[in-house]
Amino acid sequence: MKQALERHLNILDFTLASLLRRRAKNLSLLAIYLLVIFMLASLAFFVTALKKEATIILSDAPDMIVQRLMAGRQDLVPADYAVEIAKIRGVTAVRPRLWGYYYDALNGANYTIMASEDPAVASGSAIIGAGVSKARNLAVGDLLPLISYDKSPVMLEINSIYPHGADLAAADLIVISPDDFHQLFNFPGGQATDLAVTVRNPKEMSTVAAKIAGMFPDSRPILKSEIQRTYQSIFDWRGGMTLILLTSALISFIIFAWDKATGLSADERKEIGILKSIGWETSDVLLLKFWEGLVISLTAFLLGVVLAYGHVFFLSAPLFAQALKGWSVIYPSFQLVPVVDAYQLSVLFFLTVVPYTTATIIPCWRAATIDPDAAMRY
Amino acid sequence: MIELSGITKLFNSGKPNQFTAVDNVTLTVHPQQITIFKGPSGSGKTSLLTMIGCMARPTSGRIFLRGVAAAMPFQQEGLEVVEITSLPERFLNEIRRSTFGFIFQQFNLVKGITVLENVMLPAYPTGEARALFRARALNLLEQFSISRLAGQRVELLSGGELQRVAIARSLINNPSIIIADEPTAHLDSKLSQEFMAIAGRLKGEGKSVLIASHDPIVFDSPLIDSLVEMRDGAIVDIRSCR
Repeated sequence: MKQALERHLNILDFTLASLLRRRAKNLSLLAIYLLVIFMLASLAFFVTALKKEATIILSDAPDMIVQRLMAGRQDLVPADYAVEIAKIRGVTAVRPRLWGYYYDALNGANYTIMASEDPAVASGSAIIGAGVSKARNLAVGDLLPLISYDKSPVMLEINSIYPHGADLAAADLIVISPDDFHQLFNFPGGQATDLAVTVRNPKEMSTVAAKIAGMFPDSRPILKSEIQRTYQSIFDWRGGMTLILLTSALISFIIFAWDKATGLSADERKEIGILKSIGWETSDVLLLKFWEGLVISLTAFLLGVVLAYGHVFFLSAPLFAQALKGWSVIYPSFQLVPVVDAYQLSVLFFLTVVPYTTATIIPCWRAATIDPDAAMRY
Repeated sequence: MIELSGITKLFNSGKPNQFTAVDNVTLTVHPQQITIFKGPSGSGKTSLLTMIGCMARPTSGRIFLRGVAAAMPFQQEGLEVVEITSLPERFLNEIRRSTFGFIFQQFNLVKGITVLENVMLPAYPTGEARALFRARALNLLEQFSISRLAGQRVELLSGGELQRVAIARSLINNPSIIIADEPTAHLDSKLSQEFMAIAGRLKGEGKSVLIASHDPIVFDSPLIDSLVEMRDGAIVDIRSCR
């Protein structure tokens, strides 16, 4: 056992000395390999973290949202619906919600405006997201002028600003009082944008939804699980699009790596002959080549993964953010919760390290099976 | 003692370009002696040495190692004779590694690594602790007065220094038989004589030295014990020089 370990250590030792001889070739290979792993791992980390983040945020979302459809489009929900729905057995609470979008012509951004019954948001005041604060250069106590439906200004005093930690949900959010909301949009009284429904038993969710649809044929109940699934699909789709863009880089790398790994120079052939003639077995030569391939690919893999981790979880993935977070003037800046998917990392490992190491060994197989006496005749 | 019985080596056997490199050679090589294989190019010297050194198998005939401490994993205590021609490749490798040391015509050192690493190279796959064979390699460099070159890359060495490194490498696994193929082909007269002096020293240490050469400095050397003259793959004369 100890002897076998010593053999591996000795051959690994020679591998490192051997790699240093072809420094330029191996370093350029390592750099490109590292870049590819870094891009793929960043993408994997980022998509997984976004999905996780979305799941965390949606865990606070209402169990069910009830919208009303008119001619296939979403329309306002009469407040009476809330009273009727609240009578359904198993429904704990029904809350009419007032929210909408506001286009800010000053900087071309879209804000989400939401009305809150919270006494902290008195008439004439607002709580804004960090993205809005940055876009309009606002601090607590400043006045935020919004243009209402009839072009008259509505002045709101900034009460507080949501921290950056809430950016994914609140970067573009402005929370105002229901009175201001009605004034801003000329929103009719006794109506709501939608209804947030809370159900006591999650297993009864679909039954309650079916009852609501039966009571109000023009309503559309949307379950939280459906929203979660939609978000997962969106991030998977965006990740897939980015992966397609990266594919050309990946294919170029495969061609490059294949050429570098499989190209056995005359010097390398001669070296294998020398090793055989001084007593190295075919298996020793293959072990040397195995370590050569593994040292390069494993170093690239580990460094690439570590750099990708830093890129995504410490720097918030500046290289991918625009492509993956969505399209907007206000991009939420937030620190993602570090999530590492072992399955994804294993797939990346088996798609990069294993093929490269194999590609290094195979061409040496033939060279290593030459008769050792060939070296006597160089 | 090495015994060769009816050794024949054919290349391209059965094809129109069949070539007989060694033709029915029967020979006894005595231990702790310097044996020279003399003959022109193509006389079969190198082919014969590769078969003795377990690098190639004869087409027919047998080779016996008697009283040689061959590292045989299956060797039973007291077994004095090993017939090497019928052994599987793995055992041949093991014998080649532990029993024979090789010095090649072109020295065959690996470029880009240091003198010390080159000397240690045959010991890497043996599974011996690195510290042990490193100490042995440093000791060999000391013996051949080249320890100052230990950290030097081999491509920067002179012909004489390369030769000493090659000799040191052949001794790293402490073999009992040294095989040298045209070792003086690229050396001037002074360095060739120096090589023969080293061969004499190795013989004095109890090693058998087998040299293939057509250099008069080698086969006229007073240090040699027997001379085997070859031509066209066959032995034409065997002479004891003692």
